[in-house]
Amino acid sequence: MRTAFFRTLVELADQDERIYLVVADLGFGSVEPFIEKYPGRFLNVGVAEQNMIGIAVGLALSGKIVFAYAISNFPTLRCLEQIRNDVCYHRANVKIVTSGGGLSYGALGMTHHVTEDLAVMRALPNMMVVAPGDPVETAHATRAMAAHPGPAYFRLGRAGEPVIHKQPIEFKLGKAILARPGQDLTLISTGGLLGLALEAAEALESDGVQTRVLSMPTVKPLDHEAVLAAARETPVIVTLEEHSILGGLGGAVAEVLAESEEKVLFKRLGLPSAFADQVGDQQYLRAAYGLSREGVVESIKSLLIGVRK
Amino acid sequence: MSLYQAFAKKLRQTVLQMTHRAKSSHVGTSLSMADLLAVLYGGILCVRPEEPDWPDRDRFILSKGHGCAGLYAALAERGFFPRSWLEDFYQNGARLAGHVTHHGVPGVEASTGSLGHGLSIACGMALAGKRDRQNYRVFTLMSDGECDEGSVWEAAMFAAHHRLDNLIAIVDYNKIQSLGAVKQILDLEPFDKKWEAFGWTVKQIDGHAIAQIEGALKEIPFRKGTPSCLIAHTVKGKGVPFMENELLWHYRAPNGEELKRAIECLSREEGV
Repeated sequence: MRTAFFRTLVELADQDERIYLVVADLGFGSVEPFIEKYPGRFLNVGVAEQNMIGIAVGLALSGKIVFAYAISNFPTLRCLEQIRNDVCYHRANVKIVTSGGGLSYGALGMTHHVTEDLAVMRALPNMMVVAPGDPVETAHATRAMAAHPGPAYFRLGRAGEPVIHKQPIEFKLGKAILARPGQDLTLISTGGLLGLALEAAEALESDGVQTRVLSMPTVKPLDHEAVLAAARETPVIVTLEEHSILGGLGGAVAEVLAESEEKVLFKRLGLPSAFADQVGDQQYLRAAYGLSREGVVESIKSLLIGVRK
Repeated sequence: MSLYQAFAKKLRQTVLQMTHRAKSSHVGTSLSMADLLAVLYGGILCVRPEEPDWPDRDRFILSKGHGCAGLYAALAERGFFPRSWLEDFYQNGARLAGHVTHHGVPGVEASTGSLGHGLSIACGMALAGKRDRQNYRVFTLMSDGECDEGSVWEAAMFAAHHRLDNLIAIVDYNKIQSLGAVKQILDLEPFDKKWEAFGWTVKQIDGHAIAQIEGALKEIPFRKGTPSCLIAHTVKGKGVPFMENELLWHYRAPNGEELKRAIECLSREEGV
């Protein structure tokens, strides 16, 4: 996803000289092509995220479209108030981009686990929250965000994730993408777990369960229509995210369902509100929290037992 | 009385009336920076009230957002918006909130109220100006207590590194912060040396001496290739003797009797 993001950003910069890339001393192996081509629109502020966001706002208020990049929780939690007051209140044209969403940085430990960002960013007025599911969605989302005049938070995984969408997709900010049709259950995923969602759906098919898989790259504004249609058309909705089950995609979908008239069985799959108490890489930690094919299938099956009674 | 002095006096009268009506805090901070604002908005800042978004304008960010009454008074005086807006400042349904807001308020570049944000935003604007080869200058006025914030020093390092000589930070050094004397809470001294060590060129002035303020602000940048820091030594509550250097007036609004006395003091004090 990181590769797709930076490649697309350079393409955008080719077409629009307002595009700036501002980083807080991170991006080794990723930012070089941009720097080489557009040194005058690149800025490394040093290890200073609060200042990075303020500077990004100053640039944006001077007419620039600013992508402010760092990794992990550094460009969000470290400078949350700058984001709230300076980016969001001013509706500044700043896109905050992080790499390392979820447990991407697994063995690097707790400081680098990005597991509350969607909830925190979603709570901010004027902020759009986007977590693409694969490199294809990433490229689309990067272009769409550049065209969207206002604040956005963009959560990337790492580099080297597989392409999930083999066919061209229709991408629109705020809209779900149907990745697989089905009528027994809807599995809604955001960010890098899209591949896992599809794997689980395939495994469930062998048990005769037809799973609709929705990729939900935009967590805010959420595609209410797609959620409500799923509630009408399938008896079960499960959300899947590499994030705390509090306040992220699961929370957002729960809010829509709770205020709707639809009666649907609902479950959030994700991380508990806890710090990882194990050391391991992304796959290892995902599995430890049930975010493996077996784990997801198991959770869904035990949920379905209730439905079929 | 010079035009600047008259402007400053008008600002003082207005903020006293505003805070009295609104029963709002922070009158002392508006009084300490009144002379600075009078010189800035009275002549130094190149702005067009009739065209607040004029691209070539000088930018001014009041980073000490709690001093908003002073800024609003200056903007109204310059005609950015009607003086009538000041009348319901801080009251239900008003346009003007108790910290600086840009929302629906012409002439305000940036909303502030949490300290330590303004200088970073100013850095971004100054950098954009440099890279776009624009001639505008970016001013930010900070409080002394604000300089406790680490983000101020992140921005200070950045500005010098990028040689932003179109940027000026003015510190309203009134020596009193929220819970007492700056010297006792978190001493800033040697304050000028800190800014110099961060790569800025510093001037220190009496922040109530109009000629000194004007003289310094006319010499920006203080040195080519460096950002300018103007440390303005001021008195919190300046112009109203019973408010001067009194922490109480960081919080209290003058009642009717106090307002009357305060305005009388201003009328007597011709030679500020």
